[in-house]
Amino acid sequence: MTDRAAFFDVDGTLVRTNIVHAFAYYAANQGSVLGTAWQTARTVLSLPALWATDQVNRKAFNELFYRFYEGQSEDRLVTLADELFEEVLRPAVYPGTPALLEQARRTGCRVVLCTGALDFTVRRLAEHLGADDLLANRMRFVDGRATGRVVPPIIEGAHKALALRDYCQREGLRLDRSFAYSDSISDYPMLAVVGHPTAVNPDARLRRVARAYEWPIIQTTEGTT
Amino acid sequence: MKEPSRLDRFYEATDQVVTIERDSPPRVIFSGEDLLLEDLPVGTKVVYPRPPMAGLPNVKAAIRQAINRPEGCEPLHAKLRPGMRVTIALDDISLPLPPMRTPDVRQQVLEVLLPLLADSGVDDVHLVVAVCLHRHMTPAEMKRMVGPAIFDAFYPDRYYNHDAEDPDGIVKLGETRHGEPVLVNRRAAESDLLIYVNLNLVPMDGGHKSVGTGLTSYLGVKAHHTPHHIRKSHSYMDPERSELHRSVDRIGRVIDESLDVFHIETTINNRMFDGPLGFLMKREEQWGELDRLKLAGLRATLERLPAAAKRKIFQAVPAAYEVIAVHAGRTEPTHARILETSWRQYAVDVDFQADVLIYGIPFVSPYNVNSILNPLLVQVMACGYLFNFYRGKPLVKPGGTLILTHPCSDAFDPVHHPSYIEFFHRLLPETRDARVLEEKYEREFAENPTYVHLYRTGHAYHGAHPFFMWYWGENGRQHVGKIIAVGADNGHVPRLLGWDSAGTLAEAIDQARSVHGRGAQIAMLHAPPIVMTQNLG
Repeated sequence: MTDRAAFFDVDGTLVRTNIVHAFAYYAANQGSVLGTAWQTARTVLSLPALWATDQVNRKAFNELFYRFYEGQSEDRLVTLADELFEEVLRPAVYPGTPALLEQARRTGCRVVLCTGALDFTVRRLAEHLGADDLLANRMRFVDGRATGRVVPPIIEGAHKALALRDYCQREGLRLDRSFAYSDSISDYPMLAVVGHPTAVNPDARLRRVARAYEWPIIQTTEGTT
Repeated sequence: MKEPSRLDRFYEATDQVVTIERDSPPRVIFSGEDLLLEDLPVGTKVVYPRPPMAGLPNVKAAIRQAINRPEGCEPLHAKLRPGMRVTIALDDISLPLPPMRTPDVRQQVLEVLLPLLADSGVDDVHLVVAVCLHRHMTPAEMKRMVGPAIFDAFYPDRYYNHDAEDPDGIVKLGETRHGEPVLVNRRAAESDLLIYVNLNLVPMDGGHKSVGTGLTSYLGVKAHHTPHHIRKSHSYMDPERSELHRSVDRIGRVIDESLDVFHIETTINNRMFDGPLGFLMKREEQWGELDRLKLAGLRATLERLPAAAKRKIFQAVPAAYEVIAVHAGRTEPTHARILETSWRQYAVDVDFQADVLIYGIPFVSPYNVNSILNPLLVQVMACGYLFNFYRGKPLVKPGGTLILTHPCSDAFDPVHHPSYIEFFHRLLPETRDARVLEEKYEREFAENPTYVHLYRTGHAYHGAHPFFMWYWGENGRQHVGKIIAVGADNGHVPRLLGWDSAGTLAEAIDQARSVHGRGAQIAMLHAPPIVMTQNLG
């Protein structure tokens, strides 16, 4: 019985895509030319606002961004998730990802993906990577239609750390023996809460923090030679 | 050599042990990338390296001679058959120190070997750098080691670093009668012939250790890299008296029974410095005005430079080593011939043990080529390598005091030594007991997915390596009573290592005398270049 887990952020850490790619895929596959054009244009026009929000607050960005899903049919989102995985996510898996996850498994860690993405968009990826569990945001649906709001608490930033702590408590795992991997400074709380944090393909701010706290820095963008 | 002015000073120019007198000049002592000039107390015995032995006039001829008239087996050409699979394993960048001028001796051996293999119809040839748990060499380093022609022909598909963490890359050949697992690189194990090209810098290297440790995995090394083995090695520079080597030899014999291994062993002299730094090869009594000027100029320059720039300067100067012996053939007879030469170069007979031993820690160790000598490596140089430079009895008495000079800066290279950082700052504050560290934390570090990833995809030492570095200081730590670091730029590094601190060498000697008395025998090991004491009485 293992007493530790390895928690992996997904976007930018294990794959080169992010939640915008997933949504863009949905926007581009609306089932009608007009619908596709409308959703795509709406997304493109909102990009500056989204970018600005992301710079200030990742939580606000996620909440704002998930509004774009409002009104979409649950069936359609789930069905398209398979294609999203095959066409967008699978090719975007970094070369170093499988070996890193395999090593975590071999060490006896439970492999858990922890992402701010919506669960149906990353479930196939989690299966593909052999993850034992998935901690992701869940869209609230009413009458089979997305409301654009996620089931609280939103998994992002400080809440990721809480989600990790709750998960470890629930599963009888030790946080101080567990690992966490992320590429972004927005995941600082998740990295800080475990015993073994690692910055992966870090942005400049996370790289500075990792250097300051002497956290290891790795690249998954390259595999073994 | 400068003529001795008086007959009673003749010993100064000939003996390897000089006794300090009232009018003796000050001695140069390394302190990382700095050079100290220190007056030693009257009566201090300074042990100097032997002069460099003459290099072989034609190295390639010696290589041909060795492989055509090998020790204990048929000549290499008689082993070769068209279409056979051959793996050539090479020692990594940890040998020699500092890296030698090009062409590296490994390049010279390959320039003889590869045409011979090609002429014999052997095309399936891989070159594997036997890094074991050391960091993977960079392409530039690999190119420098074998030369551009061989590099371009073989890299990357047929010239690569051994990967000790490749789940499919290691095979088990069996176990020794002591239960030690014999694990070897798959390509090497599945070859018809394994040729190991080694460079013996010190007597610890080579022999069964080449394949047995260079091409194995963490579990393979774990069989003998333990506090227990190091405590029972007196010293690990002397294979005959080393528990570590007894284990390595058992493993190597199983390998030799399972595989056809042909060793080409080489060794070099101790000409570490020449040109502008050539004065460091002389004893201070022999210095002329020009030498003193050079030292003053060098010290003035170093004083004004930041540590990184000083490191660059020293690491940019390759050593002027010359090859002094090449032997080939079966593992044990080949290695025995090389060891004879190695001891001839390094061993200086002494008939005393000192109460206080002084040495400077230089800028380089086997584990920081092109990198920083971090505090853990300072420790392995002080309590490990330099302490173990003896055969028979150590130069310092049991319970004696070791004085070392080094700034002990709290600086680590996160690319090469990421696991060292956690070891030093997380584990050492908890305990310095090697057995507790081994029991409680070694496996955790060895299996840490981050460290495994960094080892396999980057240029990081394996997660378990800092533990081995700590164990390698174990017999030194157990033997001496007190260690004093001179010139540390901080208080916490010596404290974490369990050492005392002193601002100056004189202060450290006073501290040591307060333990051993005014009449304490003081000795200094004047290294580098490498010198080993031999006290078999």
